[in-house]
Amino acid sequence: MRTISAIEITKKVRELCISAACILEPDVAAALRTARDTEQSPLGKEVLGQIIDNFEIAGKEGVPMCQDTGISVFFIDIGREAVIDGSLADAVNEGVRQGYKDGYLRKSVCHPLTRVNTGDNTPAIIHTSIVDGDRLTIKFAPKGAGSENMSRLKMLKPSEGPIGIKTFVLETIREAGGNPCPPIVVGVGIGGSFEVSAILSKKALLRKVGAPNPDPEVNAMEVELLGLINELGIGPMGFGGTVTALGVHIETHPCHIASLPVAINIQCHAGRHKEVVI
Amino acid sequence: MTEPIKITTPLSEEDVMKLHAGNKVLISGVIYTARDAAHKRLIELIYREKELPLELNGQVIYYVGPTPAKPGQVIGSAGPTTSGRMDAYTPKLLSLGLRGMIGKGARNREVIEAMKKYKAVYFAAVGGAAALIARSIKKAEIVAYEDLGAEAIRRLEVVDFPAIVVNDAYGADLFQQGVEKYRRAPRD
Repeated sequence: MRTISAIEITKKVRELCISAACILEPDVAAALRTARDTEQSPLGKEVLGQIIDNFEIAGKEGVPMCQDTGISVFFIDIGREAVIDGSLADAVNEGVRQGYKDGYLRKSVCHPLTRVNTGDNTPAIIHTSIVDGDRLTIKFAPKGAGSENMSRLKMLKPSEGPIGIKTFVLETIREAGGNPCPPIVVGVGIGGSFEVSAILSKKALLRKVGAPNPDPEVNAMEVELLGLINELGIGPMGFGGTVTALGVHIETHPCHIASLPVAINIQCHAGRHKEVVI
Repeated sequence: MTEPIKITTPLSEEDVMKLHAGNKVLISGVIYTARDAAHKRLIELIYREKELPLELNGQVIYYVGPTPAKPGQVIGSAGPTTSGRMDAYTPKLLSLGLRGMIGKGARNREVIEAMKKYKAVYFAAVGGAAALIARSIKKAEIVAYEDLGAEAIRRLEVVDFPAIVVNDAYGADLFQQGVEKYRRAPRD
């Protein structure tokens, strides 16, 4: 067994919170630069130019690229040969508390009914899985509400099949329009159960932008949907254009013979995700 | 691309009537920040016929909740939030003289009709361009609801704040026009 220090987890989470908010990952930056070159609308091109200038300023000055520094979502893989010398949830929440304070990030978490702010961006949303090995992998995906609010979940009838899935995705993106800050990345979770489809749709956003699903049939749907979404004409910030999405990521899971859950989670152009292995 | 139009707040009816959907603008002068919680409080004051903490006539409201300023900064990162969440409150504020709003995303039918009726304009700023936009903000002070933190009402002095006219006072809509132009898929 390998012991992992809770203090170390807090330290790493603090750093993840700050760096994710300020420094855009290279895959997202590259996708946005390509989008600027291919976008056909002059206004859309200009918007992408501002988005690129913005993340360059943020990275250089160490300031958040977006004021919505998000609710703090973590996917943590715990090696079954690792033991943590304390509470994982406490260690992560303390890291969030420190990171959001020391990084001058916005505290955007409140009670759902009273709307009173918790003041330190906690509690974090923590999804854990047990995996092989003795490492702890922390994947951090802060999520802003502009894109999160445009997400949808629907229990389709199995008879609706792939056409029903594609129609639901296209409807969702069209109705979202400029709200989720396009160009977006579209995470789609197909199958499993009600809650599993939602988690899959969010997990799909952790992939590098445009990285294909290894299953050729699923990837064919990703490619087809990306083409169809970009034909909708929504464009950067919804002002009209040919680049509405940078990628479509689909994750699947077997489901009940009588159901077909489909969840869509949308990621804005500031696709902040960072990972650390302890 | 055409050059942006420079405008200075507060805006008169005449200023607003010169603007058309798709125009790029650079806004200078004073603007006020307000988002969900501040709007709720303003509307409550209006219905209770109490005095408002800001003069609405000719003003522009920016839908933003900035990050905390670092030492030496005027304001933290300060990009627009989704405007649709303020739709329920907006027609009332427009009826009291509000002339402009800055945010991101589409407005509903009621707001677009109220903009035509009361001669107002809705601008979009680039969502997520929060560090870039913050550079055009030269001064920031809280004027009400400090307890709301990021959602407090702030008085901002801006110079050449970059935005785009989405809905003008004639009822035109950039989102509709833009998507129409680039759409290749049939609508249903």
